[in-house]
Amino acid sequence: MNEPKLIQFTNNGLYCPIADIYIDPWRPVDKAVISHAHADHARWGSKHYISHPDGEGILRQRLGEDISLQTLPYRKSLSINGVKISLHPAGHIIGSSQVRLEYKGEVWVFSGDYKLENDHFCVPFEPVKCNVFITESTFGLPIYKWIPQEEIFQQINSWWKHNQDNGKVSILFTYALGKAQRILHHLDHSIGKIFVHGAVWNVNEALKMNGAILPYVQRVTPETAREDFAGSMVIAPPSALGSPWLKKFKPFSTGMASGWMNLRGAKRRRAIDRGFILSDHADWPGLLQAVEGTGAQCIYATHGYTASFSRYLNEKGLEAHEVQTQYEGERAEITDVSSSDENQKEQ
Amino acid sequence: MFSIFRNNKIAIHPVSIWINLELSILKQFAALFASLDQTNKTIEKVGYLKEYFREASDQDKLWVLALFSHKGPRRQVNATLLRRWSAEAANVPDWLFEESYHVVGDLAETMALLLPLPEYSQQEDLSYWMAFIMSLGALGESEKKEAILSAWNTMTPQERFVFTKLMTGSFRIGVSQSLVTRAVAEVTKIDKAIVAHRLMGNWQQGDTSFRKLILEENDEDNLSRPYPFFLAHPVDKPEDLGQPAAWLAEWKWDGIRSQLIVRKGKLYLWSRGEDLITDKFPEFQQLLQQLPDGTVIDGEILPYKNEKPLSFALLQTRIGRKNLTKKILNDAPVIIKAYDMLEFGGADIRETSQGERRHLLEQTVASANSPVLIVSPKITFATWDELHKERATSREKLAEGIMLKRLDATYQVGRKRGDWWKWKIDALSIDGVLIYAQKGHGRRADIYSDYTFAVWHEGLLVPFAKAYSGLTDQEMNKVDAFVKRNTKEKFGPVRTVKPSLVFEIGFEGIQESNRHKSGVALRFPRILRWRLDKKVEEANTLDELKELLQIYQNAEKA
Repeated sequence: MNEPKLIQFTNNGLYCPIADIYIDPWRPVDKAVISHAHADHARWGSKHYISHPDGEGILRQRLGEDISLQTLPYRKSLSINGVKISLHPAGHIIGSSQVRLEYKGEVWVFSGDYKLENDHFCVPFEPVKCNVFITESTFGLPIYKWIPQEEIFQQINSWWKHNQDNGKVSILFTYALGKAQRILHHLDHSIGKIFVHGAVWNVNEALKMNGAILPYVQRVTPETAREDFAGSMVIAPPSALGSPWLKKFKPFSTGMASGWMNLRGAKRRRAIDRGFILSDHADWPGLLQAVEGTGAQCIYATHGYTASFSRYLNEKGLEAHEVQTQYEGERAEITDVSSSDENQKEQ
Repeated sequence: MFSIFRNNKIAIHPVSIWINLELSILKQFAALFASLDQTNKTIEKVGYLKEYFREASDQDKLWVLALFSHKGPRRQVNATLLRRWSAEAANVPDWLFEESYHVVGDLAETMALLLPLPEYSQQEDLSYWMAFIMSLGALGESEKKEAILSAWNTMTPQERFVFTKLMTGSFRIGVSQSLVTRAVAEVTKIDKAIVAHRLMGNWQQGDTSFRKLILEENDEDNLSRPYPFFLAHPVDKPEDLGQPAAWLAEWKWDGIRSQLIVRKGKLYLWSRGEDLITDKFPEFQQLLQQLPDGTVIDGEILPYKNEKPLSFALLQTRIGRKNLTKKILNDAPVIIKAYDMLEFGGADIRETSQGERRHLLEQTVASANSPVLIVSPKITFATWDELHKERATSREKLAEGIMLKRLDATYQVGRKRGDWWKWKIDALSIDGVLIYAQKGHGRRADIYSDYTFAVWHEGLLVPFAKAYSGLTDQEMNKVDAFVKRNTKEKFGPVRTVKPSLVFEIGFEGIQESNRHKSGVALRFPRILRWRLDKKVEEANTLDELKELLQIYQNAEKA
């Protein structure tokens, strides 16, 4: 009787039956549109991928050099079986997209991960008008209200300077893909030398292949002499926290840049010296603003505090639902890598 | 006169509050709190405290000492009201406030984060805000509301958090008294033991000054002042301590560690938590006639009848009661088991040897000849093997184990290694199944870390204990992930989970209880380890739990 829904929520992920494509599926499928290259959105094993060109290098690095990948610039569209598919800036990390699907005048948008604040590194978020908006809600509680990034970078730079004055190396833990580059872009390079962990280095190299412009940094190698680190800043992924890799930087001070640092509990749990509240996800006002900007009357919340966020939208007169997905948002940043790997195995 | 409307408001652009160049003094204190809260390194904590004590005014310093000694003002505003006002100002519905609270795990922090960003800033010091808080009690509800809302509107989230904690009387901080003492001692260059002694006792912020309390000698005020308690570290193998002959052994009783002071015709009783508890134990007033002036005894308050200690639970029925009726006094009679003597004939004898102090204690207690003051008996032993055998009988004596004190030890300040050791018996334990989980508070906020465990009874799981400590952070994260993926039902903040994880639960004691479904109540339950090797079916049964209860009750009756 009715046309099937433009996007369905299946065990494999978000699925458009008319075009026979998946968006950010968590199991191998035939055709997958990928919003961005973070591991919970870009998974291994699908036959064909479609993604934004800025993320091509990193996708190939993570999913295999020989994957079948079609790139699609922002706002250009392709048509499959009458479904018009286009990508739009999500402002989350370099090459991240919202996915827009249009069929017979009806428009659905999947936000992927996004933030509204212009980080002056990746292409900023653009609201896309639609009938149905499928949104993340990683920080979907009103306790999350971000401080402008200028202030956070000022905090990070002065922390670095302070450590340097006290003869300490600064080690900042953050996602290797996305936030690491955003931070590198905004660090005050006149303070001292900047080193990166191999994981960050590899991401940088892949992004540069697609034309990203990144400041000069040095890679930490077993050969790097201890004295070289004096007064420097080291950017490392959260998995390095508490590992023997840190030994060579002694004495050092540790910091973590994440939206979770907004809460004392999360900060204290990770025995780190300083927490910086910096996220690549939308805060509460950002989520509300994004929803409003789409003009959508029907909202699906995919990950994060989905229950609270959708209930709040319902009370505001929108039709909102929670959807179970396997996206993790920024959660992986503060959960131990080992345990999050195990979670995946449990599935 | 102090007025709550003195508050100098400075209008500011909303963004610039984050780039405040001039630190307000409340901000200094809030920053101290945040720094102490975030580090777990002792040396850094002391460093932050010293920095603060060097820079703050004497007035603010005294407040900080009062706050760290749990002498802050009592709650001036009802938390429910604060919650309502902040939710209103933040424009969030009640349920959303509630959800946020479960994630944040701290009420004051939730309010601080939910309130809209401030439109003004403030430059007042801690003393100003403490006076502000204490003046609130006299105001009517609507005046109170207005005063608090406008105060919040001048503060950053960090300042608000500390301010709100102070208002609700729930200010706690993860710093031991001994670190504060050390910081003050190092900044003022006064001996640590002297500072520790000066910080103890019944002083209040309002009737002293930093100078009088810390810097000046003042014997009159010292009448009620207890000595800092000497505390022991645990030991596993007493064999490591050398020759048995060098040690005094006595039972470690399960009561309230306390200090009995008789000076200038007055008697004071202090608990180790530094509460003056004289009024809670009227039966000790008779000792005023039996002990000479200038006597200080360290001992344990125990419920005691027919020459036997009773269970600690009985003592709990007395604590916290406003009116001590005859019935309560009869049902839970108490005595002091004396361990040590700190002051004799008005002289501080903490520097004399353990053996010498014990000798004076025995003498003093014997001549007092009181039914409520008994010397804790020595355990005689020639070899460590003999002491092992004695220790095995701890539970039947209702003791927690054995204390070992070097015979030539002085009486020291705080928890020190070397001369005093506690050799506790192993906890009782039982394997339970995780059935409910709830998010924790403080450093466990937003993590399912508070658990309810069950044992089997006729094919069903019956809850018997709640516990939230004992797992490593890594294990906690794993259990958290498990709970999220295996939730059966949600009841408010509580989730029922698929019974699949087994944990070994340790506890110090067990009581019959008709308030619990299982019929037993445990003392100090905690997680000993995660039994990854056990299946749900292999968890213990209620009958097995009740066997432990039997053993315990027999010990009490014996």
